[in-house]
Amino acid sequence: MEFGPHLMLAALEGAVTAAILALTAMGLSIVFGVMRVVNVAHGEFYMLGAVLAWWVATVLGTHPAIGFVAALIIAPALVGGIAMVADRLVLKRVAYDADRTIVATIGMLYIIQQTTLMTFGPDARPVEPPFNTRLALPWFEWGENGFAMFWPWGLSTTSYKLFVIAAAAVVLVALWLVITRTKAGLLMRATQQDSETAQAFGVPVGRVYSLVFGLGAGLAALGAVLVVPIQQAHYLMGHDPLLLSFIVVIIGGLGSLPGTVIAALLIGMSDGIISVFFSPTLAKIIATLLVALVLVFRPQGLMGRAQT
Amino acid sequence: MLEVQGIHAAYGQVQALYGVSFTARPGEILCLLGRNGAGKTTTLKTIMGLLPLSEGSVSLEGEVLNLLSPHEVPKRGIGYIPQGRRLFPELSVAENIEIGLMTRGEGKDTRDWVLDLFPRLRERLGQAAGTLSGGEQQMLATARALCLRPKVLLLDEPTEGLQPSIIALIRDVVLKMKAEGIAIVLVEQRVETVMAIADQAVFIENGRNVDAMSAAELQADPGKLKAYLGV
Repeated sequence: MEFGPHLMLAALEGAVTAAILALTAMGLSIVFGVMRVVNVAHGEFYMLGAVLAWWVATVLGTHPAIGFVAALIIAPALVGGIAMVADRLVLKRVAYDADRTIVATIGMLYIIQQTTLMTFGPDARPVEPPFNTRLALPWFEWGENGFAMFWPWGLSTTSYKLFVIAAAAVVLVALWLVITRTKAGLLMRATQQDSETAQAFGVPVGRVYSLVFGLGAGLAALGAVLVVPIQQAHYLMGHDPLLLSFIVVIIGGLGSLPGTVIAALLIGMSDGIISVFFSPTLAKIIATLLVALVLVFRPQGLMGRAQT
Repeated sequence: MLEVQGIHAAYGQVQALYGVSFTARPGEILCLLGRNGAGKTTTLKTIMGLLPLSEGSVSLEGEVLNLLSPHEVPKRGIGYIPQGRRLFPELSVAENIEIGLMTRGEGKDTRDWVLDLFPRLRERLGQAAGTLSGGEQQMLATARALCLRPKVLLLDEPTEGLQPSIIALIRDVVLKMKAEGIAIVLVEQRVETVMAIADQAVFIENGRNVDAMSAAELQADPGKLKAYLGV
């Protein structure tokens, strides 16, 4: 395949990675932005979403589309619920202290991971995509006979991958509308800016924290449900999303939602393209290098606010 | 009527209040006075439930407030204007007002009422609160607290660092609220403001009540007020 179509193929793979990463990193960013909690267990909520998606689809045992839709609703809701309980039982008890919440979420990481291993076992679990039509993609080129369209061999994607990109975009837009246009979003933003004053104006800050922690975990789980028809569910699959989410949140700016989306696109696309042309390891090295550069030259991230 | 009876409070291991007491009556302005670090702001925070009290009680019209969750306290009708305004800086003026309105489920009438009190805010509704001038920020902090249609208003140094015209405006609004029957607790360092509007003054030092004076006593002996404030 020529370079152009090959690049397009790599960019499509990158767009799928970016879509999943944007959802996952958004969860981490919201939790940090509102609660100032660095959730080290975020990757495990992602993993739990993937494993529960397999479990829901298997238990229902019906048509793949029905199992997938059920998983899309049930798994994020269950994971969000578990996160809310964890917030009440653990984070609230350490008074959301920055240092102690890091230790507490490391504890959560191992509890979730090992419980999943003991409950569902160590095997990787596939989930069948609800639809997976292969779509050939056209390529346009200016040649001797003018502008021409042709169909390069191997330039194709699947309808499911396009669905993942579209679904992530819809969820992110919906999230943006909730945060900026609804009363619940207003309460979240007020809590983010000054939780003590918010409380002095009747905002139930504890409940907002629970909801935000649940929402953050639910977003990670949603990303995982979307990814399991492409990548199998496994009890150790939470590490990479956690690392990449941290990279995205640091590059985008801690707590900045637009910054998170931009950084997810940057990292996801570069990950996809570099992985296709070179190797996935090189993609991770470059992403980590990018974080180092951001920390040195712009510690507040692309769209974060400098601390004064 | 807001009754504060022998409240003790601490920041972690550091005890800040040792039995502060006073009663704020409807339609009266009670000035809480003392030097920096005396415990005035801590007293207001403790009333709001933002700092837990270890002894004593705070009650409004007979209901004990310190048994409630902190976010329930303002819903009983206590409006709070914190020191330094503490606006939500990235929210717009309209959104800051909306937060105030949501506290007790107030609606458009109350919104119009506070915007009539501070017409300049009406011109700035879409602007981020953090970009307002100091005077406008104080107007917004006051408007936000009034959105609760409060029974009690707690003001923590509302005239600090403001130009005279804004101080006069804030003072007029405070007097209007007094005329509407709101009980007002005012932490203030400006002698002339205290002399002009206080119905009673409570002096605290090192977290303890040390004296109290009526308006007539303040007028009769302004030197005592200056001595307590250290000016």
